[in-house]
Amino acid sequence: MHKSPLSIHGLSVAYQKKPVLRDITFEVPEGNLIGIVGPNGAGKSTLIKAALGLIPRLHGEVTIYGKPYAKQRKLVGYVPQRESVDWDFPTNALDVVMMGRYGHLGWIKRPGSAEKKLAMECLAKVGMADYAGRQISQLSGGQQQRIFLARALAQDATLYVMDEPFVGVDAATEKAIITLLNELKTQGKTVLVVHHDLATVKEYFDWVMLLNVRLVAFGPTEPTFTAQKLQETYGGRLTMLDRESPSALIVNGRSSDVDGSIHLA
Amino acid sequence: MSTALYIWLDPNVQWILFGSMLLGLSSGVIGSFAYLRKQSLMGDALSHAALPGVCIAFMLSGSKSIGLFLLGAAVAGVIATFGIGFITRNSRVKQDAALAIVLTVFFGIGIVLLTRIQHSGNGNQSGLDKFLFGQAASMMLSDVMIMAAISLVLVTVCSLLFKEFKLLSFDPGFARGIGYPVAFMDQLIMFLIVVAVVVGIQAVGVVLMSALLITPAVSARYWTEKLGMMVVLAGLFGALSGLIGTFISASGNNLPTGPLTVLVATAVFALSVAAAPRRGVISKLLLRASVRTQVRREQAEVSGERRNRAV
Amino acid sequence: MSTFWIVLTGALVASACSIVGCFLVLRKMAMIGDAISHAVLPGIVIAFLIGGSRDSLLMLLGAAAIGLLAVFLIQWFHQSGVPSDASIGVVFTALFAAGVVLVSMYTRDIDLDLDCVLYGEIAYVPWNMLQIAGVDIGPKAVWGVGLALLLSVVLIAAFYKQFKICSFDPAMAAAVGIPVALFHYLLMGLVSVSTVASFESVGAILVVGMLVVPPATAYLLTEKLGRMIVYSVLIGCASSVIGYFAASMLDASIAGSMISIAGGIFLIALLFSPSHGVVLRKIKQKQMVRQASIAE
Repeated sequence: MHKSPLSIHGLSVAYQKKPVLRDITFEVPEGNLIGIVGPNGAGKSTLIKAALGLIPRLHGEVTIYGKPYAKQRKLVGYVPQRESVDWDFPTNALDVVMMGRYGHLGWIKRPGSAEKKLAMECLAKVGMADYAGRQISQLSGGQQQRIFLARALAQDATLYVMDEPFVGVDAATEKAIITLLNELKTQGKTVLVVHHDLATVKEYFDWVMLLNVRLVAFGPTEPTFTAQKLQETYGGRLTMLDRESPSALIVNGRSSDVDGSIHLA
Repeated sequence: MSTALYIWLDPNVQWILFGSMLLGLSSGVIGSFAYLRKQSLMGDALSHAALPGVCIAFMLSGSKSIGLFLLGAAVAGVIATFGIGFITRNSRVKQDAALAIVLTVFFGIGIVLLTRIQHSGNGNQSGLDKFLFGQAASMMLSDVMIMAAISLVLVTVCSLLFKEFKLLSFDPGFARGIGYPVAFMDQLIMFLIVVAVVVGIQAVGVVLMSALLITPAVSARYWTEKLGMMVVLAGLFGALSGLIGTFISASGNNLPTGPLTVLVATAVFALSVAAAPRRGVISKLLLRASVRTQVRREQAEVSGERRNRAV
Repeated sequence: MSTFWIVLTGALVASACSIVGCFLVLRKMAMIGDAISHAVLPGIVIAFLIGGSRDSLLMLLGAAAIGLLAVFLIQWFHQSGVPSDASIGVVFTALFAAGVVLVSMYTRDIDLDLDCVLYGEIAYVPWNMLQIAGVDIGPKAVWGVGLALLLSVVLIAAFYKQFKICSFDPAMAAAVGIPVALFHYLLMGLVSVSTVASFESVGAILVVGMLVVPPATAYLLTEKLGRMIVYSVLIGCASSVIGYFAASMLDASIAGSMISIAGGIFLIALLFSPSHGVVLRKIKQKQMVRQASIAE
């Protein structure tokens, strides 16, 4: 019996005085691509960070393959949001990917030729082998995201957790990323993705989590990603397009939220 | 002219020379990481914050021992780093303001203590003043030995933990995800800065110490895109500044070594900004000029072709 | 009587510095205040060498000019790619080093006390009276700082909206047509002038304290800019009054005491501020946990 890659029970997180996550409970099924969606401020990034022990939680239990996070680091590959990094840092693409092996190398030991070879392979998988020696500030947004992905691949994890990997990338990169994620899935790995674009949820993910401070719904995409559930998640910020088929919605709201139309039928 | 050469045989000058070079080396190395972590001004804050530590060390021990002063400065420095961290983590006050607050309040407390010492009639306190403004000229062999030992430890730690410091400086979120004890390593780097500052204060004084942490590292950044090379260059630039600064000071009219070292480091910086390949101003201008000529040439060719076809 | 002048000078320094300091803190430029206060040293020395005396208007102007030069250089390096904190560090240490070298080259025989420039000595303020037609009308320091304060108040009151927008969202300000660079240099000019005017009284280092600590304290106590400025002036004045009396009791540096008291007030605000205090937030978090477990 396989333990769930990520099992969360009663998780609550507060930021300063505001509660950001309330009483979240779920179990992630292995070998799936799972999307997490919700309006801004819903706590999606916070959920990821709390689950990985990067921010303190008020309440709740988190286990990864049955054990607490601290013991399972080698099994998890975390791809954070891109802005958290200084892109003028003196390092090149290959070097960044090799950083993915630091966890396996332990203290003091330097990366050697084995690590370099693995890093080059990972770069090749994201189509960036030619850019290995390129300084990272010279890369485009999409290329930077691919480097981050290659770094996660280098970690050789079984659970991947990604925070908005599709933000600010071109269409080609987006296609490349989702192809890679599906490849990971065929290898039996589990991928958890905080996603910002409702329009692509049905196409990309097997399971979906609807989050807005509380867990609104979690399950296979088909039955879970419904107009009604979305209405619950996004509050009154959904408009039905009456003239079109009844399952088309326009989601609008504050400028920072998703803005677009999706078809559910 | 010959006297200029004889100066180098004077052991005092030799000690000052070695001391300045070691100081430049270790400051350059740890300063590179401070630079990348946007903590360049930490050295300034910590060297001002050392004052109350030194005063308290004097008040408790009653003696003018350099070792105790260094210990007091180090303790004050560590408390200061905790204070800065506490303020930034627990309030909306940002790091720059936190640095300035800790810098001035600690220094203010230090001045209060210093004037108390002065007014209490303990004549020995003149040692304190020199300690703060730096008195490279009075460096002794024992001082240089201490500096050498501390510099060696600092460079060794940075070398052993190079990849850890690199990841921590580049992407602390990812580092935490892998399981690095980020908070501990943050404190370690800041502690190394404290160490460099405490060692350097005696030689160049409070204000100028921060220059040695910042300027060589910034200069080094212009010459390379590899962190390892940058750290090495920063150390070299620091040591070079110490060397030339001491040289000018020893052969000049008793100008103070500390400020001269800083001015040399600044000259190296100016040179780097202007003349470094790729990142330097001159290179950028040349590149832009050549791109412009190339584009003009291409456009001329295209319009030439069009004309030919039209005929 | 001299107590009155001393306390007044302290309060004027605190007020002048606090007002401009609020904008520095909000724009994350706290260390530029530190930089300017060190960078003006060569300006003071050069003006002293040219002017020949220690308390001339020329010195004030010369130093203020070097302060603006420092800001210009910092800006220039920052724009060509050097991170802002490193630009600040390189520029002010270079200028300060130049100042120290100048002092040892030219003024060894004349009395320009380096200690005094850095620490100041507010206790001497009453002895330096300004005379018009042979009548004492108050210490020079009071007039100097008072004018700096007046200048700051007038300019900031007149251009309040502009300063506010430039601090909060310079990109939007530029898009709307406000000359952001002008207001930046105007602010820095006010910082230079206040700094130099306050030197004699509290010295370079402690001016920085008054530029940052009371505004940061006020920042923790209110959400409105206008109130923040008022609070920081009040806190600054309180620090200088209490500081003076503490110093007389302890027989210690007056300026140092003023800053120490300001630091103490900041600490109290940090821990106990009703909106942002650490202690109160921890209590609220415990309440939330209790509520969350009741709700289950």
